[in-house]
Amino acid sequence: MDYIGNTEADNKDILRELGIASTEDLLKDLPQDRIIRQRLGLPPAASEFEVKTQLRKIASQNSSVADFACFLGAGAYDHYIPSTVPVITKRGEFYTAYTPYQPEISQGTLQSIFEYQTMICNLTGMDVANASLYDGATALYEAIHLACEHTQRNIILVAKAIHPEYRQVVHTYLKNSRIIIKEIPFLAGLTDLAALKSQLTDQVAAVVVQQPNFFGCLEPVQQLGAMSHEQGALFITSVYPVSLGVLQKPAEYGADIVTGEGQSLGLPVSFGGPYLGIFACRQEFMRKMPGRIVGESIDNRGQRAYVLTLQAREQHIRRERATSNICSNEALCALSACVYLSSMGAAGLRDVATASLSGAHYLANAIGRIPGWKINFKTAFFNEFVATAPGNIEALNRRLLRKNIIGGLPLEKYYPELKKSLLFCVTEKRTKTEIDTLVSILKENR
Amino acid sequence: MEKVIFEYHSQSTSYVPAADPQAAKKHIPVEYLGVEEVILPQVSEQDVIRHFTALSKLNFGVDNGFYPLGSCTMKYNPKINETVADFDGLAGIHPYAPEECVQGALQLVYELEGFLKEVSGFAGMTLQPAAGAHGEITGVLLIKAYHQQNHPEQKRTVILVPDTAHGTNPATAALAGYQVRQVKSDDQGDIDLDDLQRNLGPDIAALMLTNPNTLGLFEKNILEVSRQVHKSGALLYGDGANFNALLGLIKPAELGFDVMHFNLHKTFSTPHGGGGPGAGAVGTIKELTPFLPVPQVIKKGKKYFWKHQQANSIGKVRSFYGNFLIAVRAYAYFFALGAEGIARVGRQAVLNANYLKHKLENYYPVPYGRTCMHEFVMTPHHDWAVSTLDIAKRIIDYGFHPPTIYFPLIVHEAMMIEPTETETKETMDTFVNALGQIAAEAVQNPELLKKAPLTSPVGRIDEARAGRQLILKYEKGRDAR
Ligand SMILES: Cc1ncc(COP(=O)(O)O)c(C=O)c1O
Repeated sequence: MDYIGNTEADNKDILRELGIASTEDLLKDLPQDRIIRQRLGLPPAASEFEVKTQLRKIASQNSSVADFACFLGAGAYDHYIPSTVPVITKRGEFYTAYTPYQPEISQGTLQSIFEYQTMICNLTGMDVANASLYDGATALYEAIHLACEHTQRNIILVAKAIHPEYRQVVHTYLKNSRIIIKEIPFLAGLTDLAALKSQLTDQVAAVVVQQPNFFGCLEPVQQLGAMSHEQGALFITSVYPVSLGVLQKPAEYGADIVTGEGQSLGLPVSFGGPYLGIFACRQEFMRKMPGRIVGESIDNRGQRAYVLTLQAREQHIRRERATSNICSNEALCALSACVYLSSMGAAGLRDVATASLSGAHYLANAIGRIPGWKINFKTAFFNEFVATAPGNIEALNRRLLRKNIIGGLPLEKYYPELKKSLLFCVTEKRTKTEIDTLVSILKENR
Repeated sequence: MEKVIFEYHSQSTSYVPAADPQAAKKHIPVEYLGVEEVILPQVSEQDVIRHFTALSKLNFGVDNGFYPLGSCTMKYNPKINETVADFDGLAGIHPYAPEECVQGALQLVYELEGFLKEVSGFAGMTLQPAAGAHGEITGVLLIKAYHQQNHPEQKRTVILVPDTAHGTNPATAALAGYQVRQVKSDDQGDIDLDDLQRNLGPDIAALMLTNPNTLGLFEKNILEVSRQVHKSGALLYGDGANFNALLGLIKPAELGFDVMHFNLHKTFSTPHGGGGPGAGAVGTIKELTPFLPVPQVIKKGKKYFWKHQQANSIGKVRSFYGNFLIAVRAYAYFFALGAEGIARVGRQAVLNANYLKHKLENYYPVPYGRTCMHEFVMTPHHDWAVSTLDIAKRIIDYGFHPPTIYFPLIVHEAMMIEPTETETKETMDTFVNALGQIAAEAVQNPELLKKAPLTSPVGRIDEARAGRQLILKYEKGRDAR
């Protein structure tokens, strides 16, 4: 099947109107010897029914969180999604629109982004938020870029307890640039303050940490913020927005720029995307922010109305001097977050955060009591923690899969020193029975 | 107009079991806990649904009507793509699930990369970039890595972009640490070969070229451009935003492009979402494949694996593997069209655009009048007392989305029109009629156009006021009015 609307007869009429015999007559500017003449090596055309069957077959080869109890987190969280979210984001008026370049017929997108910006500001305590970036990792890079531009300094101190993939992305962007990235090691699960202090000079543009960090541990952010500011460096955090249902707002501990992965706000785990890059900052940096920003104004009838604003920062105006090259972002994912937060409200978000952390502490406590198992870091954590097994963790995870449980994430690949260690995550979706079953199987690991 | 969600007050609906309010204090030292409650809307499910439904009605999507937004390829977004993207076995897979749990997902990525390679002629592919501009930075970093690996002694510090280029091209080059130099277009709308020749030299890393270019014209001299660029030791980057014109017609690798991004949200029918999520796959010739982002999917026997290690890779450009559910939609599109359907896309897009151009030329000047590809650029008449903006706003009153306006920058008062292959002659005829009437109004009643739109939920918006007042979030009692 295809989605071409014209009939053969329509096309004939068009050709007649154009005074040509065939579409090939329109292709004279193309190098003729390069035009594809043989059949493409693609599958044969299929009906919608066949497409659905094929995708069902592919989907059936995957283990989904709908059928498995998932104890994986590490930047992708299996939270409950209220039915309001897909009902709204599946409205064609939203998902088949382009970027709101024509505000008179895009108030739906514009106002929802304005509301989303407000919610992100309220969650983080920041003054301004943008309309979204690609994901948590690229948002972190953009924050670093802004910090270097703002401070005109070129050293960045990045905690090693930040998501390894986020650090990899930052590294990709900054390799061979004038910006020097120094990694700050962790000690007992937290960024090593002494190591940080020894590197923190007046050449440092920003100190970058994750809260809760990759291990789920709560960083001493108050102290980290103060130390950064003492040297005139900006303090950048990458946050897990659901945790802000109970944790202190980044503004309260002195964050200058807050980034984060917004997937936990109503987006499915989706094998890693589409996700939602959160970016918010203090007023001072507003004109250096990347991405779209929506502002309120009025129309020529005196009504409240919304438009894209502060566009002089952007690529279509500023070209090579733009603050970022971003154009399309993740607007529909921001809409998901907006509907999610509207549906949950502050109390609902608190329940999600509380149930997640309670479940995680229950599990950690149970694992800590299994002979041979050890909880690596004896420090405050949110809904993830690291535990080390006495025996083979690959065999353990395979056994769990047979019981429809997806176990913790083996960490050795990212941190060679963390042998036989697993990062466990618990969300509000994990029942006591699921946790108890997990624990009973962990007990068999020796 | 619809209220802001914060202006509603009703009883929130609960979606998860209530948790013990003391639990956080029990487990987490109080210095980490928030002191005051977060301010979020407190509204019932009914109000949430009514609010966002009301907002949706203020929007215009491809599902609402003709959307000839040039350069954006607003083709129809097939509904089966949405259905399959919601399958639990696709939307519900955790990115760190073990390989044996995600064989279907890996197969899909592997096969989609194969489909994209087949239609482009490239040897390597990555699905990691999340959008076109993200594909651009990925591609330019590949070029940088290639030059550094192959001739570290050379100082290739400049990237050339034509004066017709999209803003993301120069922005990307600068982001990757390059200086940007502009190359002129000639009076035919092609890149000026003499100017290109003058600019090429040992300091040039690449030329970023869009083909068809942003005037909707096929670069006639593409083979010569490619020859000159390569002779100078530079690489040719393709901005694939306009690939819809060439789909099934010609393979960019065979035109001499070394690396190119694809916008899955343009050419491969995935929706734009009101500004994303899209996806920007990047294809490369063989010489550049060692630098592609990690991980790559590989197939051994009947099984699929992630390959994380690759010595010369530029690394990762995004967490996990990119916008997977967008890839799912593009896969469904390829699977539906198959070899036969894909072969028709580019040709039909070109036919439709030429028809529309031919009809609209009766009313509007088309500055580069030769046969176009999938889109074309027209303008108002000089002596009209209205601007392109006025015409665009009046188009809204006739029930269509306006074209892209004021781009490309080299055409004064540009209107860039792209019908795509999915639109019918009937729809295009209705649009032509409307634009004919608007042309008459422009002469007889310019004031009408200046007041337009009159039928939209809001009228023209004071953008200067937005930039002055800078109300960027809802605060009780603060209002632009
Ligand atoms: C010619 C051209 N290049 C690049 C882009 C950027 O693509 P994206 O918005 O997906 O980042 C666009 C999209 O508007 C475009 O039209």
